[in-house]
Amino acid sequence: MAEEIVLMKGNEAIAHAAIRCGADGYFGYPITPQSEVLETLAELKPWETTGMVVLQAESELAAINMVYGGAGTGKMVMTSSSSPGVSLKQEGISYIAGAELPCLIVNVMRGGPGLGTIQPSQADYFQTVKGGGHGDYRLIALAPNSVQEMADFVELGFELAFKYRNPAIILADGVIGQMMEKVVLPPQKPRRTEEEIIRQCPWAANGRNKGRKPNIITSLELKPDVMEARNIHLQEKYRTIEENEVRYEEIHCEDADYLIVAFGSCSRIAQKAMETAREEGIKVGLLRPITLWPFPKKIIAEYAGKVKGMLSVELNAGQMVEDIRLAVNGKVRVEHFGRLGGIVPDPDEVVHAIKEKLIK
Amino acid sequence: MTKEEIIRPENLVYQKPTLMNDNPMHYCPGCSHGVVHKLIAEVIEEMGLEEKAIGVSPVGCAVFIYNYLDIDWEEAAHGRAPAVATAMKRLWPDRLVFTYQGDGDLACIGTAETIHALNRGENITIIFINNAIYGMTGGQMAPTTLVGMKTSTCPYGRDVHLHGYPLKMTEIAATLEGTAYVTRQSVHSVPAIRKAKKAIRKAFENSMNGKGSNLVEIVSTCNSGWKMSPEAANKWMEEHMFPFYPLGDLKDKQ
Repeated sequence: MAEEIVLMKGNEAIAHAAIRCGADGYFGYPITPQSEVLETLAELKPWETTGMVVLQAESELAAINMVYGGAGTGKMVMTSSSSPGVSLKQEGISYIAGAELPCLIVNVMRGGPGLGTIQPSQADYFQTVKGGGHGDYRLIALAPNSVQEMADFVELGFELAFKYRNPAIILADGVIGQMMEKVVLPPQKPRRTEEEIIRQCPWAANGRNKGRKPNIITSLELKPDVMEARNIHLQEKYRTIEENEVRYEEIHCEDADYLIVAFGSCSRIAQKAMETAREEGIKVGLLRPITLWPFPKKIIAEYAGKVKGMLSVELNAGQMVEDIRLAVNGKVRVEHFGRLGGIVPDPDEVVHAIKEKLIK
Repeated sequence: MTKEEIIRPENLVYQKPTLMNDNPMHYCPGCSHGVVHKLIAEVIEEMGLEEKAIGVSPVGCAVFIYNYLDIDWEEAAHGRAPAVATAMKRLWPDRLVFTYQGDGDLACIGTAETIHALNRGENITIIFINNAIYGMTGGQMAPTTLVGMKTSTCPYGRDVHLHGYPLKMTEIAATLEGTAYVTRQSVHSVPAIRKAKKAIRKAFENSMNGKGSNLVEIVSTCNSGWKMSPEAANKWMEEHMFPFYPLGDLKDKQ
């Protein structure tokens, strides 16, 4: 069969990819700028084709707890929202991480704080990678920078979530969610059968199949030594993820004097800025973290010994820049350039920032 | 007659349901939870659903119900059990999915989840233990605390000007289109226990037959929280709780 190339929004790509990768359930609540995910699913009616459940919940809080319930039974379940809604989901996310359940969360970020704006932002970086809910936990955070990656990261997110029994999150922003690009949709995969789920997830609470011992999904443990052991186990799992799952993209980094580090929509702007700077004779490279956690700190530390300076370009007041500084550990100058409140910078502003903050 | 001669199957008049294990319960002596746990275990066994039952436990005294009944469980965040159960039932339609929640969990922090799950007609059962107080955290005011009743956060008695009125969630549930069976029961006497068991059975049957959502309220005692002996608590419940929370079926959609 020929490749199926279509033109669509990033949010629509999420919905199509969810059905096609064999997801069992989506639970969401409308919020701009990501309502197209639920709308597209409602229009496509996957419950009549693949049998996927789609439900509009009464709140983001209910939606994430539906995900917690579905994930606890071993099903492939997901939710999507935007910043204020994702804040509401933090309670559930902490429970899901604590109970070690696989699921996919999508945050199409908008500007905050508070109700903020419906315009794009990347100001939920801290919330995503440092743990927005309570307790010591981590989310596997994927940052797409194209509509194609919105589609691809749905399946990748589920794959990683099930591999490590850990929630995965796609951290996009309003630009990636709303812009239209051509995308190659993945082929339709069948949903797993109940037998396959029971075999793949022997820990899941979906009925004591063949009289096995009860499965209990919980994050509660009152004995401090047992709870500490559980936390140590989580930390060991996180170290394994850090060793195995770092993803990033390098563009013209090999001869670079200056390195831009940017993710999501900012990396697209930064790439244009990089080209402009090179036309002017300034050797700029672009390093794009694809996983925000685990963060590509090793490669950034390597470049710290090679370049004269790094610029973190973000749609926020300076969040990822802190992780870059931790990675380089003082070896090289690291500056931040960002726009706030939903403003997306022009590539020329980025070139100007390189000259002003790093070269001058 | 020796003990061995008496212990024979033909002489058996009562036995513990096999789904109830021997873990020592953390409940206070006199608490209603143990009786309701047993009824749920009996009904699941009688319906032959041991391998199909999934329970959702609350935050509150029954948080550890999963330690006592040998079925699959998921422990929900405070108030969110109906949302958790919604997804489970929709994703596994042939399973028996039920939640077990107290008054604080169901009628306060989880009001939205409760009302919407019931109103959507999710094919689940909610077992609602109403003892008019927060037991696990040590006896604070609940949404169902009676007017004038003393708790640690209304030590001078519930004052409607300060605290508002007790909430009748079961009456609200009966008005919702999605509910099939809404009832209020108690377990303070043998006849009441028998009725409560029948109610749980009907609710579970409705859930399995796709008739809609079901709410079984059990007006219960918390003798520790009420600072009474178990016997006095039962009497107090009859005299004070039943007039405000009258027992019986509120809705039974055929």
